[in-house]
Amino acid sequence: MAAEAMRALRKLQISLWAAAGLAAIAFGAAYVTYGPGTGRMAVVQERPSAGMPISRPFALTDQRGQPFTERDLLGRPHLVFFGFTHCPDVCPTTLAELTDLLSELGPEADKLSTLLISVDPERDTQELLAQYLTAFDPRIRALRGTPEQTQAALKAFAAFGRKVPLEGGDYMVEHTAGVLMIDDKGKLMGLLDMHEPKEAKLAKLRRLTTATS
Amino acid sequence: MRHLTVGIAALALMTLAASVQAHDYKVGALNLDHPWARPTPPAAPVAGGYVAITNTGGAPDRLLHVESDLSTSAQVHDSSVVDGIARMRPLDGGLAIEPGQTVRLEPGGMHIMFMKPARRLVEGARFSAVLTFENAGAVTVEFTVQKPGNEPPPEAGHQGHGG
Repeated sequence: MAAEAMRALRKLQISLWAAAGLAAIAFGAAYVTYGPGTGRMAVVQERPSAGMPISRPFALTDQRGQPFTERDLLGRPHLVFFGFTHCPDVCPTTLAELTDLLSELGPEADKLSTLLISVDPERDTQELLAQYLTAFDPRIRALRGTPEQTQAALKAFAAFGRKVPLEGGDYMVEHTAGVLMIDDKGKLMGLLDMHEPKEAKLAKLRRLTTATS
Repeated sequence: MRHLTVGIAALALMTLAASVQAHDYKVGALNLDHPWARPTPPAAPVAGGYVAITNTGGAPDRLLHVESDLSTSAQVHDSSVVDGIARMRPLDGGLAIEPGQTVRLEPGGMHIMFMKPARRLVEGARFSAVLTFENAGAVTVEFTVQKPGNEPPPEAGHQGHGG
C-alpha cells in the first residue's frame, strides 16, 4: 500500500516536472519571439519564399515624395532590397553592384524598377535618401515611411528589420539581406544573391525582364 | 631584343604603378597593409575603411581604437550575413591579432566605421588615421579612397616599400 502510494506520487511528480518543462519551453519560445531585446522594430521572423505574392497593403513614399504601395508592384518587374544609409559596407556595396548590373543589362534595365526600402526611417529622411542616391544608377529609387509604415512594408515582403543599440546612444539596424526579384504580377520569383558571379546575376535579371514583358 | 626592351620597360612601369598604389606600415611586430576606404555617396553619415594587419611577433596584439580627423569617432565592426539577415556588431574589447595571423578588414566582413565623416570621400583622396594597438602602440596611417575591387593583390604590399 505504501509502495503503491509512493509510485503514484512519483508519477505525479514526473508529470508535474514534464508540465513545468513544457511551460518553460513555451515561455522561452514566446520570449524569443516577443520578449525584451527584440524592441519595437521586431517582427516575427519570416523568410521571403519563391512564389509568394506580395499583396499585403503597405504605403511608402520615394525620395522625390511620390507614393508607392503594393499596387505599384503590378505591371512591371521589380528588384527590392532593404538597407539604410548608416551602413558603411553591405548597403553601399549592394547599391554599387546593382548600378553596375543595370548598366550591363543595357536597355533591358529600363523595364525593371529597383527599390531600396529604408529600414531606418528615423534617420533616413527623404532629403538624405535623395542626396545619397545621386551616387548610383538614377533608376534606383528609395522608399521610406513612418516606423509603423516601414514595419507594414517589411511584413508585406516577409522581411525583417530590427534596431540594435550601440554604445553612446547610436544604433544599427539588422535587416533581410539579398535582393528580391518580383515579377510583374507581384509574385516573388526568387532572390538575387550578390555573391553569385556577375554572369549568373545578369542571367537571372534577363529572365526576370523577359518572363514578364 | 627590341621586344625584350619594351617588355622590361612595361614590367618596370607595372611595378612602379603597383608600388604607387599599395602602401604599408610597420609598428612593432605588426604590418599594416594598404589602408583604404570606399568612396562615399553624398550626405553619407558613415564611411567604411579597410586594412590587412599581420602580426609577425610572438605575442597576441589588439587594435584598441581608431582616431581620425575625418570623423568624430570610429569603431571596428564585423558585418556578416547569417540566415539571410545582414548583421553588424562592434567588436567588444578590440580586434585581436594572434601571432602569425593576418586579419583582413575587407568588404563583406570587418571594417572600420567612421561616423559622421566631415567630408565626402572621393576616389583618389587620402585621409590619415591613428590606429592604437595594445602592445605595438599607436601608428599614423593614410587611407586611400578607392572603389572596392581595385585593392592591390595581398602580395603587392610586401614587395619592399615602406609606408
